[in-house]
Amino acid sequence: MDILLAILLGGLFGFVLQRVGAADPDKIVGMLKLTDLHLMKAILAGIGIASSLLFAGLMLGLVDAGHLDIKTMHWGVILGGLILGAGWALGGFCPGTGLVALGSGRKDALFFILGGLAGAGIFTSMYGGLDEAGWFEKLFGGDASLVFTGNSTPVLSGSWTGLLAIGIGIVMIVLARMLPDKLR
Amino acid sequence: MYWSWLKSGFALGLCFLLAVILVKPIGVSTQFVILDGMIASVFNRNLVFKDEASESGYASSNAYLNKSGGKYAKSVANPLNYSFLFVLAMLLGGIIGGIVHRRKTKHPIRQTPEFHQRRFMNAAVLRYVLAFVGGIVVLWGARMAGGCTSGNMMSGIMQTAVSGYFFAAATFIVAIPVAIFIYRK
Repeated sequence: MDILLAILLGGLFGFVLQRVGAADPDKIVGMLKLTDLHLMKAILAGIGIASSLLFAGLMLGLVDAGHLDIKTMHWGVILGGLILGAGWALGGFCPGTGLVALGSGRKDALFFILGGLAGAGIFTSMYGGLDEAGWFEKLFGGDASLVFTGNSTPVLSGSWTGLLAIGIGIVMIVLARMLPDKLR
Repeated sequence: MYWSWLKSGFALGLCFLLAVILVKPIGVSTQFVILDGMIASVFNRNLVFKDEASESGYASSNAYLNKSGGKYAKSVANPLNYSFLFVLAMLLGGIIGGIVHRRKTKHPIRQTPEFHQRRFMNAAVLRYVLAFVGGIVVLWGARMAGGCTSGNMMSGIMQTAVSGYFFAAATFIVAIPVAIFIYRK
């Protein structure tokens, strides 16, 4: 069952990433240069729609909270994000979209994936030292979320916070609608 | 050529929502480590091994594969797991997406991106070099952060994860000026 779901959900996600333009480095770099905000609008709307429906489902008891998984907050999140941002702008791919781009027939994506395997390998060999240096020490209680998800350390508490999460999702959809097609 | 931003948003939202309702949040970059581990275990048979004392039942001589009770070691030893197959299936989805793309546009997929052509002319080899270096940097950063654009940014912010907000802010603060500077022409 898990294997079937992996193929269906992964296949759908890969297909969607290609059809929204996320596997096209021109669309990625266009977003980052602020000259083509198509993907920014799509990403904002996507997160907003998923998030508001997810928290509505959690409040109504339709979604099993045990499936949610909050990633640990540590200093590495910030350093890693800064570094990933540089590579994202340089290459025009992120891990998932690079893989999908390779599937769609892009040769440059093959080089990105090979580089990615090298980068992941370098990190894997450096992890012990980075861990000892304290980069992965938990901040905000570790598995921190703004709103309680069932198994996270919430920043805010109270039964109204589920509505706040739905509200944030709706704001993101509105922002996606308001963003112009380009800023430069 | 591509779907409208609204149709794209609905489709992306559906993917992330279905995944978290049915199984767990979408994530990609961990699987680069798992594939590295599979390749490395061909040359080093003792990289991952069964260990009853560990939470997952597997352990590794490498600190990263051994962390969190050896859960990465277990995935390396068992390639037919959900997360790894999910990422392999994304490649398949990309193949189908590419076929649809070519049928709709009647053009082959543009191999050298426009931003690269404008800045560096038709230097295909340089494009491959930049994509390769980009791959190294992106995956190192993604593993440092514990997730990439899918896992940390989209799945994270969807769940209001504090790590998701910090990751997204850090990523765009660097990516926007770097893209504007490198590909300024």
